[in-house]
Amino acid sequence: MTVVNEWAFIGVFMAVAWLLPAAPLVISWIFRPRRPNAIKMATYECGVETVGDTWVQFKVQYYLNGLVFLVFDVELVFLFPWAIAYSQLDFFAFGAGLLFIFLLTDALIYAWKKNALEWQ
Amino acid sequence: MEAQCINILETLAPCLVRGGMDPGLAQFLSIAAGVLIVSAIPLVSVIIFIWIERKIAARVQDRLGPNRVGPFGILQNLADAVKLIIKEDITPAGADRLIYNAAPIIAMLSVILIWGVVPFTPVHIGADLDIGVVYVVAIGSVGTLAIMMAGWSSNNKYALLGAFRVVAALVSYEVPMIVALLVPLMLAGTMSMQGIVEAQQGMWFVVAAPIAAVIFYISNLAETGRAPFDLIEAESELVAGYNIEYSGMKFGLFMASEFLHSFTVNLLFAIIFLGGWSGPFVHQLPILGVVYLAIKSLIPYLFTIVLRSTVPRVRIDQMMAFNWKFLVPVSIINVLLVAFVLKIIQELGLSPSPENVHDFAANVPQAVILLATNLLMGLVTLNVLRNAGRRERIADQARALRTAEQRDSAIVPSAS
Repeated sequence: MTVVNEWAFIGVFMAVAWLLPAAPLVISWIFRPRRPNAIKMATYECGVETVGDTWVQFKVQYYLNGLVFLVFDVELVFLFPWAIAYSQLDFFAFGAGLLFIFLLTDALIYAWKKNALEWQ
Repeated sequence: MEAQCINILETLAPCLVRGGMDPGLAQFLSIAAGVLIVSAIPLVSVIIFIWIERKIAARVQDRLGPNRVGPFGILQNLADAVKLIIKEDITPAGADRLIYNAAPIIAMLSVILIWGVVPFTPVHIGADLDIGVVYVVAIGSVGTLAIMMAGWSSNNKYALLGAFRVVAALVSYEVPMIVALLVPLMLAGTMSMQGIVEAQQGMWFVVAAPIAAVIFYISNLAETGRAPFDLIEAESELVAGYNIEYSGMKFGLFMASEFLHSFTVNLLFAIIFLGGWSGPFVHQLPILGVVYLAIKSLIPYLFTIVLRSTVPRVRIDQMMAFNWKFLVPVSIINVLLVAFVLKIIQELGLSPSPENVHDFAANVPQAVILLATNLLMGLVTLNVLRNAGRRERIADQARALRTAEQRDSAIVPSAS
C-alpha cells in the first residue's frame, strides 16, 4: 500500500470507529424502557441530597501536575526523531541529544526541589 | 494473475478492477473491507477477554466464576450485554447531555483505533504508518479525555473527583511510558509497527532492554487503571469514580473499553518487546503470526489479571511519588545509559549490520552487552532503593521514640 492509502485507511477507520460503539447505544435506545421521574433523575451522591454547585474551582495541585506533564511531554516529542536516526548519528548529534536529556533531568530536579511533585 | 484472487485480503482491489470496476471505487472498497475486519476483531475478542478475566479472578479468590450460561460460562458476557441493552437509561437532571452521551463512545473509539496499526502477521496490518508508535501514544491518551468528559458532564461530585484523579495520574504515567519507548525505537531505528517487529527477527527487545520493558509494563498498568493503580474508580472512596452516573449500555461501553484497553496495551507490549508475530515458519504461513501474537500478548495479560486480583490499592500520593520520584528518573537514566552503551557498541562494530539483522548469532554480542548494562543498572537501583528505605525507617523509628519520650515526660509530672 502507498502512503496515501495508509492514511486513507486511518481516515475510514476513524469514521467507522464512531459507528461501532454507537451501534449498541442505538439498539439499546430502541429496546429500553422510558419511565423517568424527578427522583430517578436526581444526581446520585449516596442518597444524600446534593449540596452546592459541582463545577467548582479545583485544587491547584492538579494544575501543577498538568504543567509538569506538559513540559515533559513536549520535550519528549523532540527526542523521537533523535532516537529513530540514532544509528546514523555522528558524535556531535549524539552529544546534543544527551544534552537535551540532561536539560530534561534538570527540569525534573528543579520541580522536585520546589516540592511540585509532593502530593498534599 | 488468477492465483492472486484466492487471497482476497491483499488483492481485493486488483480483483475488482479486473471484474470491470472503477479503480478508485475498488480501492475504497478494499480499504473499507480492511477497516471492517480490523475493527471487528477487538469488538468480538473483548467478550473473550472479559470472560478470561472473570474466570481467573474467580479462581484466585477461590470462587467458580461464571459457569451457568454456555459451556464454562463463556456466553455469560453476551447475556450481560443483552441485559445492559434492555436496561433503562438514566441521564441525571443537571448533566451536560451532549458530552455525557459522547463520552462512552469516545472511550471505546480510543481503544479500537489503536488496533488499526497492529501488525497481525507479516502481511496483515491495517495501516503500516511511518509514525505508528506516536499514533498509538496519541490515540491512547484520547481515552483520558473521554474519562474527563464523563466526570465533568455528569454533574456529580464523586464523578468529578474521580475524573480529576484520572487526569493527574494517567497523564503523569504517560511520561515514563514514552521515555521507556525511546529505547526500543533506538534499537529498531523506525517508528513503524511492522518495522519494529521486523527488527526483532533476530533477537527480542526484551532481552536487550529489560528495564525499559518493565517500566513500559508498569506505566501501562497505571494507564489502563489496573490494580494496584486502580484508584480512578476506588469503590471505597469514590463510590464508582467517573462512571457513577452511567447506566445501561453506556456503562457497558466504559466497562468494555476498559477491559479491551487492558488487553490492547499488553498486545503493544508483545509487539514492541516480545517480537510480535515473529516465530518459526511464520514467513511460509503468515496466519501463524496471529497465533504467536495472541500467545505472546496473553502471557503479560494473564500476569496483569493475577496482579489485579492479588495486590491492594495504593494511595494517590504514593502513586504520584512512585511515578515522579522513581519511574521517571529511572527511565531517563536508562535511556542515557542505553544510548551511551549502544553508541560504544556501534563504534566497536559489534552491532548487527542491516544485512544480518535477522540472524540470531549476529545479534548476540549487542544484546548480551545491553543486558549486562541493564542488570547492573537494576542492581544499583535496587540498592539505592533499599538504602533510602532503610534511612526512612530509621527516621520513622527515631520520630516514634521521640514522641513516646515526650508523652512519658508529660505524664509523669501530672501523675505525681
